[in-house]
Amino acid sequence: MANGTAVIAGKSFYEEGTTKSKSGIASWIFSTDHKRIGLLYLISIVSFFIIGVIIAELIRLELIAPGETIVDAETYNRLFTLHGVIMIFLFIIPGIPAVFGNFFLPIQIGAKDVAFPRLNLLSWWLYMTGAVLAITSLFLPGGPADTGWTFYVPYSVRTGSNVIFALLAAFILGFSSILTGLNFVTTVHRLRIKGMSFFKMPLNIWALYATAWIQVIATPIIGITLLLIIIERTFGVGIFDPTLGGDPVLYQHLFWIYSHPAVYVMILPAMGVVSEIIATFSRRTVFGYKMVAFSSLTIAFVGYLVWAHHMFTAGLSETAAVVFSLLTFIVAIPSAIKVFNWVATMYKGSIDPRTPFKWVMVFIFLFSIGGLTGLVLGSLATDVHLHDTYFVVAHFHFVMFGGAGTIFFAAMHYWFPKMFGKMYNEKIADIGVYMFLISFLTLYFPMFLLGYNGQPRRYFDYLPQFQTLHVISTIGAWMMLITITLVVWNLIHALRKGEKAPDNPWGGVTLEWQTSSPPPLENFEEMPNVPNEPYDFSHLTGIKDGSK
Amino acid sequence: MLYLEVTSHAEKVDSVMLYITVISLIFLIGITATMLYFVYKYNRKRNPEAKNIHGNFWLEFVWIVIPTILVLTMFYYGYVGYKDIKADPGEDALTVRAVAQMWKWEFVYENGKKSDTLYVPSGKPVRLLLVSLDVNHSLYIPAYRVKQDVVLGTTNKLIIYPEKTGDYDIACAEYCGLKHSMMYTKLRVVDENNFNDWYAKK
Repeated sequence: MANGTAVIAGKSFYEEGTTKSKSGIASWIFSTDHKRIGLLYLISIVSFFIIGVIIAELIRLELIAPGETIVDAETYNRLFTLHGVIMIFLFIIPGIPAVFGNFFLPIQIGAKDVAFPRLNLLSWWLYMTGAVLAITSLFLPGGPADTGWTFYVPYSVRTGSNVIFALLAAFILGFSSILTGLNFVTTVHRLRIKGMSFFKMPLNIWALYATAWIQVIATPIIGITLLLIIIERTFGVGIFDPTLGGDPVLYQHLFWIYSHPAVYVMILPAMGVVSEIIATFSRRTVFGYKMVAFSSLTIAFVGYLVWAHHMFTAGLSETAAVVFSLLTFIVAIPSAIKVFNWVATMYKGSIDPRTPFKWVMVFIFLFSIGGLTGLVLGSLATDVHLHDTYFVVAHFHFVMFGGAGTIFFAAMHYWFPKMFGKMYNEKIADIGVYMFLISFLTLYFPMFLLGYNGQPRRYFDYLPQFQTLHVISTIGAWMMLITITLVVWNLIHALRKGEKAPDNPWGGVTLEWQTSSPPPLENFEEMPNVPNEPYDFSHLTGIKDGSK
Repeated sequence: MLYLEVTSHAEKVDSVMLYITVISLIFLIGITATMLYFVYKYNRKRNPEAKNIHGNFWLEFVWIVIPTILVLTMFYYGYVGYKDIKADPGEDALTVRAVAQMWKWEFVYENGKKSDTLYVPSGKPVRLLLVSLDVNHSLYIPAYRVKQDVVLGTTNKLIIYPEKTGDYDIACAEYCGLKHSMMYTKLRVVDENNFNDWYAKK
């Protein structure tokens, strides 16, 4: 530990911190304990997620009928921009790595903390600074940005709304992301417990490791791009605006060179969690462990080379379009491999489909739809028709929310007993999973049909023939609101009234299940045993694991 | 207008869509059914002891190679359906400048005639030269399954091949501010005589 605190036997990290103040808010917001920082992120990220959900409900309500329903066009444009910025930069990009990565990466490799605990705390502060800046822009004259989360030039250079604030916020959030990435890469290289070679690491660590590299390498590009817009807006230097001699398509290139790899920052950590949960509840090793590990790295690498598939209609040369379309199809392969390996991991397993496993089953179904519809968008002929329509909106909600979002819930239910030392009501949690699946399909599936029938995205108003599908989608949004409320309420209720959780409620074999629930300050009272292989359940036969 | 195919290009796009969708559905149903079957068959109640299987080289080889071949065919059909609208039709095409600005379209013909509706004759290729006066827009004709961004500072080109006469929606597909969603106009395809009459009128 950085400050050399001695571990007092039997105390959890809730009872013992790294700060001078023993309790109160200061013992949290100045704590360098990776677990407390993970929980700080959890509270912040879930709060922004809920704000994002509320905005989405307003958007869906507005779209229940053509024309103005509850807000005017200007407000609507600001709402969908805010929804995008909040969900992408404040929820889904930091999401799993910042919360569950922070909490479990050191524990799963048998370390006491991350390599740079103070830098880790700085990351959270930067995250909060960026978030506060974004929120401040709501209340300044000019109002929040109305450009969409992509900030496309020249519109973003010309609009009167507070684009600079939103850009600065995104810039600072970028630094938070880079520092977390740097921390994780170093931690994985330097702090693995003796005996844990790279190929003994849990697949969650592989996924976080691949993600961290993307964060370190790709994020600076968006930082530079956002700075260039600020320079252009403030000093009138022609970079992207053609009236000043710039090129708007250059902006799109720079934006997507970051933002496409960022898609993998969102989904790769989720894929890591999926491997953990399937192995634990199937009680067997992951099928094709090395293939799953390498596919994370392949996705991270090839993911850099597909950015222009967001720009097939922008006026790319035919050659560029062909190359990027081909590479886009290639990047689908490692994701497909993962899905096949996950299903194969269930083969001849001993499956106990508890709540986290059910979330993962929902994930596999929704993420497959998201991935397969991505093939439609990677194909040139169909993309020219579907680009910037609701088909794209449906596709990325299946991948991001159905994929990464679902696994945020899965991870929450999987690690909840370890993080808080409490059990939740599994019956209610299961009902939440079923409701989630139904609400999700009602909410997003109609959007595929809307898109194929030619409804463009970011539309305040729409043609009357689209109304039926919009109404179904809005009803789905209400169902989703009820579902999320139920799921969150069930967990909050468990925090207050839940039964005490055993140390290893699911019979997991990764190192976090060898310590107490919740863990002590430096994670382990005695050094954990590193298994011979990453998912070795052989010694677990007959263990008391709390499962019925 | 739902799924009506009014040009041969639209038919082509729909057939690519159908091809990808059918293969995707086979995979989706296969994956989901296998997963549900395994969860039933290898439920801990029926199968208390798991069997550790680390992998199988040939199986993994097969499920890398087959999807790769399939996605390459998807890529190919997608490319073929894209290439035909990119080729310039040459001299017998009608050239129209499509001028976009917040939040309306104006179509300027070679004889100087201007219109806010895009009149074209059926059976003759049309070369649209896309120009923006302010920010980026995108000219989108859903019934034709085509769109092309209108980028400030460059002149992008969109070729269309009108066949059946009738009115079709033109939408703006690139977000352009306040009235982006109201930036609709019509593509009016008429037969050649009617077009010539309209074109000659001052």
